[in-house]
Amino acid sequence: MTEAQSIVNFGRWPWASVAARAWRTLLLLWVCATPAWAATQVDIYDFPSPEHEARYRALIAELRCPKCLNTNLAGSDAPIAQDLRRTVHKLVSEGGLSDAEIRAYLQERYGDFVLYDPPFRPDTWILWLAPAAFLLLGVIVLLRLLRQPPADPLSAAESERLHTLLNRNSQDRN
Amino acid sequence: MSRASLFVPLGVFLLIVVIGFFGFRLSDPHSLPSALLGKPFPDFSAPLLDDPARLVDRSALLGAPVLVNVWATWCPTCKAEHDELLRIGAETGIRIVGVNYKDDRAQALDWLVRYGDPYEFVIEDRDGSLGVELGVYGAPETFLLDADGRVVYKHVGDINPRVWRDDFEPLLADLQDD
Repeated sequence: MTEAQSIVNFGRWPWASVAARAWRTLLLLWVCATPAWAATQVDIYDFPSPEHEARYRALIAELRCPKCLNTNLAGSDAPIAQDLRRTVHKLVSEGGLSDAEIRAYLQERYGDFVLYDPPFRPDTWILWLAPAAFLLLGVIVLLRLLRQPPADPLSAAESERLHTLLNRNSQDRN
Repeated sequence: MSRASLFVPLGVFLLIVVIGFFGFRLSDPHSLPSALLGKPFPDFSAPLLDDPARLVDRSALLGAPVLVNVWATWCPTCKAEHDELLRIGAETGIRIVGVNYKDDRAQALDWLVRYGDPYEFVIEDRDGSLGVELGVYGAPETFLLDADGRVVYKHVGDINPRVWRDDFEPLLADLQDD
């Protein structure tokens, strides 16, 4: 982007290009930060300790809202997400359940969908292993291509023939 | 390079088309398989909608196949399936139990008077905690339980004549044969 196209025109001021770059960086940071603000929800809960609250925040950031296709519990306004946040709050505050047990609790009720990380089971092997398999396949193909001997150089007669063909083609076009 | 190997990219392309076709067509991303399928309906204790002093629990659902229908007055799709539930109750005689989900009691009772009551009884789930036990993520949802209280099937969305005929009736016939 040239200075003339910049969103804000800093004119002929000596520091114009630095200011314009700073402005663009600021805009970029702002755009990057927006989803984080959007994902902040407004439930007000009391926790026995800051550690409990940290666990709660980590869990609702990690678990997926069942009604939404790609939003975590923390970021959703759906009533079901509110209910599940309340459930997670209750389970965390009452104590007794570890994070893994809370995940399992929700998984028992809502299935694997609530976990963004699918478990490694026979029916999900393909999901976990396919990328590695494709990478391996690519490496094999690459190695085979690299090992192929270079094509033989053209003989004098072949060279002659190639020239004739190319010349004929360019004459046709004229 | 042999001539046949020139067709490898075409083969890969067709493979991608086939995978994409089935991958995008067969799965409705909004429908979640119930984690409860094949498992016992969870234990619960909740008040009756029309008599909050009385609590019902899981044992009230045992003894014969039963439909457990999660509904609410704020849910337009529940209105859409209401007539079908009335018809199913009248024609098949299957037990239908309602779960009034995150609703207002007075409005819910009024709804049943106004539109008819297909339910043997209605369980009140004011705060949605029974819904969480059931993995409910929206209303309406309908569970089919066998006589032992095991979840045989769950349908998310309205019950219409097609859903009833294609999905529920064959399962119900199996249950009644046993």
